[in-house]
Amino acid sequence: MAQTKSTLKQRANVAFQDDFLRKAVRFTADRLRGRKADSTGALGDWEEWRERGRAIRSHVIENLDYYLDQFIRNAEKRGIHVHFAKNTEEAIAISLKIAKDKNTKLVAKSKSMVSEEIHLNHHFEEQGIECLETDLGEWIVQLAHETPSHIIIPAIHKNRFQVQELFEKESGEKLSSDTKVLAGYARRKLRQRFAEAEIGLTGCNFALAESGSVVLFSNEGNARMVTTLPKTHIVMMGMERIIPSWEDLEVMANLLPRSATGQKITVYMTALSGPRRAGEVDGPEDVHIIILDNGRSAILGDDEFQEVLNCIRCGACLNVCPVYRQVGGHTYGGTYSGPIGAVITPLLMEDKKQWGELAYASSLCGACHEACPVKIPLHDMLVHLRRRYVEAGFTPLTERMAYKGFAAGFKSAGAYKLAGKSARWVQLTMMGDEKEESVLAKNTPMHGWTKYRTLPEPTKKAFRDRWADLAAEPPQAPRGQKPKKETE
Amino acid sequence: MRVTLFITCLVDQFYPNVGVSMVRLLRRYGCEVEFPQSQTCCGQPAFNSGYVREAREVATNQLNAFEGAEYVVSPSGSCSGMIHHYYHELFADDPKLSARADALAAKTYEFSQFLVNVLGVTDVGAVCPHTVTYHPACHGSRILGIKNEPMALLQNVEGITLLPLAKAEDCCGFGGAFSVKLGDISGAMVNEKVDHIGEADADFLVSGDMGCLMNMGGQMKKRGLKTEPLHLAEFLYRFSS
Repeated sequence: MAQTKSTLKQRANVAFQDDFLRKAVRFTADRLRGRKADSTGALGDWEEWRERGRAIRSHVIENLDYYLDQFIRNAEKRGIHVHFAKNTEEAIAISLKIAKDKNTKLVAKSKSMVSEEIHLNHHFEEQGIECLETDLGEWIVQLAHETPSHIIIPAIHKNRFQVQELFEKESGEKLSSDTKVLAGYARRKLRQRFAEAEIGLTGCNFALAESGSVVLFSNEGNARMVTTLPKTHIVMMGMERIIPSWEDLEVMANLLPRSATGQKITVYMTALSGPRRAGEVDGPEDVHIIILDNGRSAILGDDEFQEVLNCIRCGACLNVCPVYRQVGGHTYGGTYSGPIGAVITPLLMEDKKQWGELAYASSLCGACHEACPVKIPLHDMLVHLRRRYVEAGFTPLTERMAYKGFAAGFKSAGAYKLAGKSARWVQLTMMGDEKEESVLAKNTPMHGWTKYRTLPEPTKKAFRDRWADLAAEPPQAPRGQKPKKETE
Repeated sequence: MRVTLFITCLVDQFYPNVGVSMVRLLRRYGCEVEFPQSQTCCGQPAFNSGYVREAREVATNQLNAFEGAEYVVSPSGSCSGMIHHYYHELFADDPKLSARADALAAKTYEFSQFLVNVLGVTDVGAVCPHTVTYHPACHGSRILGIKNEPMALLQNVEGITLLPLAKAEDCCGFGGAFSVKLGDISGAMVNEKVDHIGEADADFLVSGDMGCLMNMGGQMKKRGLKTEPLHLAEFLYRFSS
């Protein structure tokens, strides 16, 4: 994952300066949300589908050793070479060795977030091996020397005019901003190169334990080219990508495209079950699967977070997240953005202090949990990550003191009443009124609030001080209907 | 029926009229309302920021304050949600306290939930010849599952014109400490929310949580919008008396 040392706030400020990015993200997120609502509504019983999805994924994750073993044995029976990589270094070493054994000059890639996680392109290019992204969005991001800002729509932050500019620079041709023209150019350009590549590299949407097959979902057809034209195919997968059976795949095939892009069905669903067999006219001669741990096994057995491994990488949580919507994916700084990124990045990365702050990039509104097709309680996990961040002593002293003060002031009514009165006095005398932001407010953390909002008008008399009078009032007669339930 | 008010620190200290409205409405339906002066806050500000020990100190006081209550009713989906969704976990290592936390959660209701689902009231007899738009506060809607109750109450207000709010289900950006800690992100969120409130151009913005209303209202005031932010309880009371 990225090794950035910038802070969340610094990265957010970069996003705030970029109106194109913010407009483009909102535009696409809104479109996807609308389509998801239509396609899940048309399916009916969406909540039941979600529950089935959750049950399948939770069952696999609880029994991951069993299903991984079954998957590996079945894949090997089919003539696939299976490798297990504990971390980035091992995954890079294994894939580079395969590439060198095959005298590789060009790797044609279809979308793989795991390859982003280990910065595969960077490591290959250092060794003089070219990596070509063939997913349209990934290619755009590659041409711009950026990283994907969304799990399934890597170039969500770019509009078509920016894409036109990138493509014109690449081709030296004059193109137009018409998306058909732009896609047409990409198609022409990429087609020439699939056949040149010695290796095709893909991710994996689902790995089927019962058959040892790898299933890919794609919309552009590039994954099929990548997995049939080059002589060698490398699959990069996170160790949690497993599902038990074809029957389970049916559930996932209903959940994933609808959650991701609001499609009833993905354009291409490809199940790959080993290298070309005698008599077959196409397909790779050699297939390797690299199964990556990279911190995942540490999440197994952790009651608070194990369910995050249920994730099927659909991006639905990003599309509904009100924070992601404002700041885009690069603000998260890691490979995975949005609510899922805010949870898994701190869990997977070693530097818990640097990445732990991502857990604060949420208002805890719960939209992510509601959108998740496998019901991961992301909002709860964010709170739990914050607790671990505090327990590790990573929060500043001033903040720790403030919450100690909160506890002291709110743990009994006596202290609370005094605190309330003093706070009202401080606000009235020093924090400025409804119209003006005071000097004090501007120079304290309260500025975060007062820059965008007026402070609430403090009341002269708290509710508790009005209670005696209120309690003495005679009850009024009901104006509308009588209550259905008898009250005494 | 005996109703114990869980007033919430925000309503107590800043918006007492919400509490007054709630009490008067509940008493109309024969509820015997009580208010334990020992209550303070649910502890959510500390809990959501990761300060569990501090949250627990405050939450223990709440367990004591509401011991023996028949129904606990609060003008906040967020604070009721804290009790429902997180108290169990907060006291999980102490069987006695966690049993008391579960008992409190089982009798705690947000105001509109209590009115509609317990009292069976969907029409308070309010008359309001104004335009109203409604923001479904996130914790009420997503943690407590309050989806239809507030709308049922609003739809039965005579003369009301309900105006749609674009992206109504999107968070307003409050998030408690989030609004201060990551002020610029929260500010961008409330800006977009208030853009939509401005487009709706209603006389009133109604919601079920004062945290959200304080946030949206603060930005609305900065812009000089004429829309008045109002808690559902205060709205229903104002137009039925």
